[in-house]
Amino acid sequence: MPDETKSPPPPPPENEKPTADKPATPGGVKSTPSGSVQSETTTTPSKPSPSSETSTPPKAAAPATPAKPAAPAAAGHPAPPKPAGPVPTPWDSPLVAKYKREYGTGINPLTHLGQNYFEVDRSLIPEILQLLRDDEKFDYCVDLTAVHYPKREKQFDVVWVLYSFQRNERIRVKTQIADGETVPSSVPLWATCNWLEREVYDMFGIKFDGHPDLKRILLPDGWKGFPLRKDYGILQQDNEWVQINLGIESGQ
Amino acid sequence: MTDPRSLSPLDLETPDKTFLDANELVINMGPQHPATHGVLRVILRLDGEKVLGLECVIGYLHRGVEKIAENRTYTMFNPYVDRMDYVAAVSNGLGYCEAVEKLLSVEAPPRAQYIRVILTELNRIASHQLWLGTHALDIGAITPLFYTFRDREEILKIFEKYCGARLTTHAFRIGGLQYEAYDGFESDVRNFVSFVKPKIDEYEELLTTNRIWLERTKGVGVISGKDAIALGVTGPVLRASGVKWDIRKAQPYANYKNFDFEIPTGENGDTYDRYIVRMMEMRQSLRIIEQAVAGIPEGPIMAKVPKVMKPPVGEVYHSIEAPKGELGYFIVSDGSTQPYRVRVRPPSFVNLQALDVMCRDQLVADVIAVIGTLDIVLGEVDR
Amino acid sequence: MHALVQYIESYLSSDKTPGAAGNFFWATVYVLLVFVGLSIAVIAMNWLERKILAHMQVRLGPMRVGPHGLLQPIADALKLLLKEDIIPDGADKVVFWIAPFIVVLAAFTVFVVVPFGPTHAITDMNIGILFMLGVSSLSVLGIVTAGWASNSHYPLIGALRSSAQMVSYEVAMGLAVVSAILMTSLNESKTGTLSMIGIVQAQFDQHEWFLFKFFPLGIIAFGIFAIAMVAETNRAPFDLPEAESELTAGFHTEYSGFRWSLFFLAEYSAMIAVSSIAVTLWIGGWLRPFPNLLQGSTWDLAFSSVPGITFLLLGAICFYNTARMPKHPLFKIQTLGLAGFGAVLALIGLMMFLPPVRERVGDIFWFSAKVAGFMYLYIWYRGTFPRYRFDQLMKVGWKVLLPTGLALLILTAVVGMRAELLAQVKQVFQR
Repeated sequence: MPDETKSPPPPPPENEKPTADKPATPGGVKSTPSGSVQSETTTTPSKPSPSSETSTPPKAAAPATPAKPAAPAAAGHPAPPKPAGPVPTPWDSPLVAKYKREYGTGINPLTHLGQNYFEVDRSLIPEILQLLRDDEKFDYCVDLTAVHYPKREKQFDVVWVLYSFQRNERIRVKTQIADGETVPSSVPLWATCNWLEREVYDMFGIKFDGHPDLKRILLPDGWKGFPLRKDYGILQQDNEWVQINLGIESGQ
Repeated sequence: MTDPRSLSPLDLETPDKTFLDANELVINMGPQHPATHGVLRVILRLDGEKVLGLECVIGYLHRGVEKIAENRTYTMFNPYVDRMDYVAAVSNGLGYCEAVEKLLSVEAPPRAQYIRVILTELNRIASHQLWLGTHALDIGAITPLFYTFRDREEILKIFEKYCGARLTTHAFRIGGLQYEAYDGFESDVRNFVSFVKPKIDEYEELLTTNRIWLERTKGVGVISGKDAIALGVTGPVLRASGVKWDIRKAQPYANYKNFDFEIPTGENGDTYDRYIVRMMEMRQSLRIIEQAVAGIPEGPIMAKVPKVMKPPVGEVYHSIEAPKGELGYFIVSDGSTQPYRVRVRPPSFVNLQALDVMCRDQLVADVIAVIGTLDIVLGEVDR
Repeated sequence: MHALVQYIESYLSSDKTPGAAGNFFWATVYVLLVFVGLSIAVIAMNWLERKILAHMQVRLGPMRVGPHGLLQPIADALKLLLKEDIIPDGADKVVFWIAPFIVVLAAFTVFVVVPFGPTHAITDMNIGILFMLGVSSLSVLGIVTAGWASNSHYPLIGALRSSAQMVSYEVAMGLAVVSAILMTSLNESKTGTLSMIGIVQAQFDQHEWFLFKFFPLGIIAFGIFAIAMVAETNRAPFDLPEAESELTAGFHTEYSGFRWSLFFLAEYSAMIAVSSIAVTLWIGGWLRPFPNLLQGSTWDLAFSSVPGITFLLLGAICFYNTARMPKHPLFKIQTLGLAGFGAVLALIGLMMFLPPVRERVGDIFWFSAKVAGFMYLYIWYRGTFPRYRFDQLMKVGWKVLLPTGLALLILTAVVGMRAELLAQVKQVFQR
C-alpha cells in the first residue's frame, strides 16, 4: 500500500501559526515516518499507526479525486465576503490530500488567517473524527462549540478544535446541522467532550447522540430556551423560572 | 485508575446498602462551603469516608459572558473578560486582545509586547500565590495563606500603579496598550523580583518537606498523562503528569519566543507534583520577567487600529497559556462592529471535569485537596 | 455561728486539700475559684491564641476592641450570648439541648483533682489520674450526641471521626500514663500512687521530673502523651472532627450562640486539663525548678519573687506599648485603657511580693506557667502544621503510638525492677 508510508505527513505543517520547533516542544520533535513512538514527553499510548490504517485504504480507492471546489455550496458564511480582509483559501497539505482523496466533496479543507479547518458533511463526522484521533494523533480535543446562523437552512455550525501533541498542530472541524438534527457524541473519543457537549446542549439545544448524561450544565434544570441562539432575546429572560425558584418578579 | 471515558454518571437516587445495613451517604458539598473556592457544588456519594463518585453542579456564577459579547462591540467586551478568571485578569485580557488582533491582522508593537509579557507573568505569579495560599489552607496549613497574600499585594500594587485597578485590570487594549509604563515601572518590577525570590523559598520551607504535607499530597488525586490528555486537562495539572507542553513554548504567542525559560514537569501526576510544578513555574516566571524588563525596547505602544473596529468576516481560534491552563478564544466575525460569536475555552471548566476521575476511591479529605490542586476559579468555570 | 466560724477556721491549719479534709465550705470556695480561674484562663487563651497566631502570620490580630484587642474576648462572648439560638427543625431537640452540657461538664469536672499546689486542689483522690482520664473521655459522649442530634451529614461525620479519634488515642495516652505511674513506685516502700498530688510528691522525693527518668524512657512516654493529648482535644494538626475546610465545622456545625460557646469553652478547658495532666505527670506539677538542688532561704526567696517579677514585666510591656500608642486624640481612651491594664498587672505583681501572698502563690504560679507553655505549643502547632487525613491519623494512633506505648510500658517495668530481677536471676544461678 503506497499510502501507508506517505500518509503521516512529514514534520509540522507549514501553516500553523509560527511553527515552533524549539527542542522543548513535545510535538515539535521531528516525527519519524510512522509517527508512533517518538515522544519523550507525551504519554500517548498510540498503537502503531499502520495497523489502524489498513482499514482506510479500501475506501480511498473508491471516489475519484475531484477537483477542489473553489466555493463550496456549504460555505460557512452566507454573506458575500467583503473586499477587505483575507478570505478563506483552500488548504493544502499531505493530510488534506489524503482525506480529499477518500471523501471527495464531503470535506472541504480551508485555511484562514493561518488557521486550518475542515468543513465536513454531517454524515462523515464520526468517521473523520475517529480518523483524526487515531491516525493523525489529534489526541486532545481542545474545545467543542457551536455557532448559530438563524438565516441559514442548516442553522448551526458545530466546531471541534483539535490539537495534536506530536504534530504540534491545531485544526478545526466544522459541520453544519439543521435545528433538531443531532450530532454523534464525541465522548467515546475524547472524555473531555462530556461537559463541552453538555454546554453546547445547554446553550444551543443541540443534542448529541450517545452522550452518557446529556443535561443542562450551567443553567438550572428547568430553564426554558437556549440562550446562545440568536433568536433568544436577552431582555426576555425566563421570568417564569425566576418567579418559581427564586421568588422574585424578574431577573432584571 | 478508571478510564475517564467509561465513567458512568453518578446515580444519586438509589444509595446501596453497604455494611450492616448502613446506607451509602450522599452529601452535598457547597455551594456554600469554605473549601469549594466559590460556589462550586459537589455532590459526593460516600461509603463511610471513601468517595464512590461525585458530581459537580456548576453554573451558580453564570453571567452569560458569551451572550454579552454578542451585544457589545469588540472594545466594549474587553473589560468583561477580566471578570472570568478574576485572579488572572491580565491573562484573560491578553488572550482576548491577541485573538481580536489576529482577526484584524494587526500586531501589537514590540514595546507593548514586552510590557504585556511582564504584566502577564506577574499575574501568573499572583495567581499561583493565591492558589498556594488557599490550597494550603484547604489542607489545614493556615499560615502560608498570609505569606502569599502579603507578597501578592506587591504585584497588585504594580498593577494599580500601571492601570489604576488591582484585580480586574483591563490592562491591555486591542492593538497594544493604552497606558505607557509609568515612571519607575521597570525599577518596581526589578525590586519585586528581588523581593519575591526569597519569599518563594520561604513558602517552600513551610511545606515542601513538611511530613504532614507530604503525606497529604503524595499519591493523592493521581491522574496519568494519558487520562489528562483525554480529559483535556491543561496547564500545570497536565505538566505535573509528565506531559511537557506549554503553549508559550509549543506555539509561542506574544513574544515568548524571545525569552529563555524552562517548562517544569512532574512525574507522578499527584497533588505534590502539581505543587512542585507550580512552585517552579513561579521561579520561571521571574526569569521571564527579568529578561523582559532588561529588554524593553523604545517605541510606540499602540498599533494602527481603527477607532471603530470592524474585523473582516471570518473566524479565529487563539489560545494562550493562562496560569490555569489553555485559555482559548474562538471569535466569529460577521464584519460588523460586534462579534458574531465569542466562545471562551476556559481552562478551569475543562480541568474541573477531571475531579471525578481523580477523586474516586479516595477520602473526603482528598476531595478538598484535589479541588484545591486543580486551581479552579468559579468565575471562569461558570462564565 | 461560732461553730460555723470554727468549722471554717479549722481547715486553715490543715495540710490537706479541702476535699480530703472534708471541709465543705473551703471545697466550695475552691470550686468557685477554679471555675472563675478557668473561665479567665479560657478568655485569656482566646485572646492570646488570636494574637500569637496573628503574629506568626504577619498580621496584627484583634486591634480594635480595647487597646490591642484586649476586650475582644469579652465582645465575642457578648455577641455569642446575644445571638439567636437556632435548633434545626429536624434535630432531636432534647439530645441537641443536652449535648453541649455533657461536654462542658466533662471538661470542668476534671479539674476537681488537678493539683495547683500541695494543698491547692479541690480534693485529692487516691485514684486521681484514673478519674481524670475517665471523666475527660466522657466528652466523647457529648460530641457524639451533638453530631447525631443535629440530624445532618457534616456533624454526623464529624462526630464519628471525633469519637473514633478520641477512643483510639485514649489507649496510647493510657499506656503513657501507666508508665509514669510505674515510676512513682520507685521508693522505699515500693508503693506507687494514682493520686495526682502523690505523683508530684514522688517526683520531689525522687529528685527528678519523670520527664528525665530512665532517660530516654520518660521522654518517650511524654512524647506519646503530648501527641495523644493534641489528638484527644481535637486540635491542629489532628483537628479533623472540626476540619473547617472539609466538614465546615464538624460536630458543632448546627450549633450557634450560647450552645456553640459551650463547646468552645469545653474545648479550651479540655486543652488546659490534658496539659495539667502532662505537667503533673512529667514536668513536676507545682514544683519550682530545682526544688531539691537549690534549697535554702535565699533560693526560696529568689524563686518566690519570680511571680511578682513576671507580672511587673507584663505591666512594663503594657506601659511600653502605651508609650508607643499613636498620639492622636482618637486613641486617648485606648491609651488610658492600656495604661490602666498595665497598672493593674503591676499592682498584682507588687502584691505578689508581700510575704503572705508570696508564700502561697508560688505553687500556683509555677503550675500555671508550665501549663501556659503547653498552651503556646498548641497555638504553635496550629500555625505550622497542615491537617492529617483520617486514615493517616488512625495509622499514627494504632500503628505507631500504641506499639511504642506498649513496649515502653514493659521497658519501664523492667528497668524499674532491674535490681529485683537481677537478684532473682542470681538466686536461680546460686541454686
